[in-house]
Order: sequence, then structure tokens, then C-alpha cells
Amino acid sequence: MPNSSEHPCRITIGDDGPLLVEGPVEVTCADGTVAVSDRFVVALCMCRRSRMYPWCDTSHRRRTQPGEKSRRDTG
Amino acid sequence: MTRHRAGPPLPRARGELSAGVIAFLRDDGALPDPGAARDADPYGDDLQLALYVCYELHYRGFAGVRPELEWDPPLLTVRGALEDRFLTALRHDVPATDELDGVLEGLLVEPIRGSGVSWFLQDLGELRHLREYAIQRSLYHLKEADPHAWVLPRLSGRAKAGMAAIEYDEFGAGRADRVHAGLFAGLMSDLGLDTAYGRYLDQGCAPMLALVNVMSLFGLHRRLRGALVGHFAAVEITSSPGSRRLAHAMKRNGAGPAAEFFYTEHVEADAVHEQVVRRDVIGGLLDDEPAMATDIAFGITATSYLEERLGDRMLADWKV
Repeated sequence: MPNSSEHPCRITIGDDGPLLVEGPVEVTCADGTVAVSDRFVVALCMCRRSRMYPWCDTSHRRRTQPGEKSRRDTG
Repeated sequence: MTRHRAGPPLPRARGELSAGVIAFLRDDGALPDPGAARDADPYGDDLQLALYVCYELHYRGFAGVRPELEWDPPLLTVRGALEDRFLTALRHDVPATDELDGVLEGLLVEPIRGSGVSWFLQDLGELRHLREYAIQRSLYHLKEADPHAWVLPRLSGRAKAGMAAIEYDEFGAGRADRVHAGLFAGLMSDLGLDTAYGRYLDQGCAPMLALVNVMSLFGLHRRLRGALVGHFAAVEITSSPGSRRLAHAMKRNGAGPAAEFFYTEHVEADAVHEQVVRRDVIGGLLDDEPAMATDIAFGITATSYLEERLGDRMLADWKV
């Protein structure tokens, strides 16, 4: 949906994780590179750990040590 | 009589239940006794294939099978018995909980070192493993996001808008060349596999059939809409990290650009979908129907359980 005063771009800030921004977006990074996405919402990396920066790749997630209880060691 | 020629061929039977259903669809035999489902292995080849074949009538059907059989009452009675056996087993084997926050939290942590299939493929997977993985997953990915579309009429407001937005993205956001099922066909081509829908059904192992069947089960029954949402959330939340490992496996093996792109696209897309499914779809559904928390949690835990069975099976086949 194009930005307008009636429909401003919606940005959502959560407790942790990425910034959610309604697309399409053009993002200029600190080094001058430009990333473009026309997805309905994009997730902008806030933790700076993403390997797909500026997009979130879920690298902000908490990591469990070997032996620590986790349901997520199967996928 | 109108013969429906489009669609994949019917699969080979794997026991009495599947043989009966397949023969009936060919107009060449009687349906199995619905009571026979009670004695079948709920996760076994025979029951899961019989159920898969019943469900496929709601997707693309099979070559030579009359389309009217999709709503044939005696066939639906048999399907109901198969579903009941499967769902009862899942409810027994997956602990019931209304601690939805805790269940979600469990999905949102990543081990530094995991032992599942995507970890194996990332570190050690060869092309033959990637091909076998793609053959199994093709049973779902060639109909990616289709079973989840059935939940849309059963949601409202925020949950409906969020679900529809994700589905729109899954279906290419208006562009046929970006439909995720089509991207998977590109991956299969890179791996030298046949991209025809349903081509590898005979090779589909019982745990893979069960995983697709659980989506169809949750998708087709309005009463299981909470479980469908939970299932979808489990898929979207776990997809990004696993997809990154699989993209790495494709790259390391030189599988090809489409094979790599399928997974890198899922790293990025599902990092978004995960946020929307948790905030809007689950959040919206719970606002509308707070009692759905238990069903949403069941959808998540049932999916994790079946994914684990599939992973164990693949790793066992690869003798690791």
C-alpha cells in the first residue's frame, strides 16, 4: 500500500528482534549499499548479527549451549 | 462417464487400506471396512498412504479418477476413520498443554550445535542426500502453503489479514514466477529431479506422508483451525535457521542457483512470516477465541513430533 497521509507506513517495534516495516522499501546502509524489497512487510535487523543485513535472518535468537534443554535441535 | 485425465497417477498400494481406497478410486474394487483403521499402525505406510490419497482429491486429484469422488459419502466415511485413528494417536503421543507461551519460547531458541537433518546436510550432506531430501519434501513443497489457505474463511480481523498477507507472499505476491511451489520446482530441476506434481509419491516415506497429512487434516476441519494456525506457526518459526543451513548445503555442493535461492528466499521471507504469524495470526485468533490456546499449542507440538519422526527416519536411512 503506497504511503499517504491517510495510510502512513506502519512500523512495528517489538521487545526484541527486528523492526517490522511495511513494504516496499529501499534501505540505504551505512556503507552506502542499497537494499530493496517489495515484500508486504520487511523485517529489518536490529541486532546487527544478520548474515543478510539489513534483513533479519533470526540471528537475534537466543542460543542454547550443548546439553541445555531445547526443543529446537531437530530441524 | 467423464474421466479426469489431468493429475498424477495413483500410487502403488502399501497394504489393505491403501489398496482398497486406490481400487475404489479406479472403480475397480470395494472400499475397505472403516473399522479396519482401528487396527492399523497410525503412522504406518498403509494408513498414511490411504489418507494421503483421500486428501489428494481435495488438491489436484489423480489421473483417471472421477472428480465427483472428492465428496463421495462412503469414501468420506473411510477417510473419517483413518483421520480418527491418526488424530487419536497424535493426541496420545503429544502431551496436551495450554502453556502456549512456553511452547513458542521452545521454538524461538536455537542450539549452537544441532543434531537434526538440516545440520547433517549443512555439514556432511552430499548431492545424493540433497536429492533424497528434496524428493521427500516435494510432497509438501509442490503444494506449499495450499493446505493453509483453507483456514482463511475460519479466521477474522487481524488473524485473517495476517494469514492472508503471508499466504499472498507464499503464492508469489501476484507474480507467478515467485510462487514458492514453483521455486521448489526450480530447486528440483537443479538437482536433476522430475518436477511433475505427485511424481515422487511412491517414494514418499510414511513420516513424510504423515507430515503432509497433518496439514490437510488441520486445514480441512474447521474445528481444528487452532491446530492449523499452530502448525503454520511452527513451520514459519523454525524455517529461517534451517533454511540457512540448507542453503549452505546447496551452495557447498554446487547444486545450482535455483536450489540455493529456494532456501535463501525462505531465510528472509520466513523471518518476516514468523513475526506476522506470532503477532497477528496467533495474537488475533487468541483475541477472538482465547480458548484456542490449547489447540494452537497442540498444532505446534504435533508438528514438531512429526518433523522429528521424519528427521530420525532420514538420518537412519543415511546411517548417521
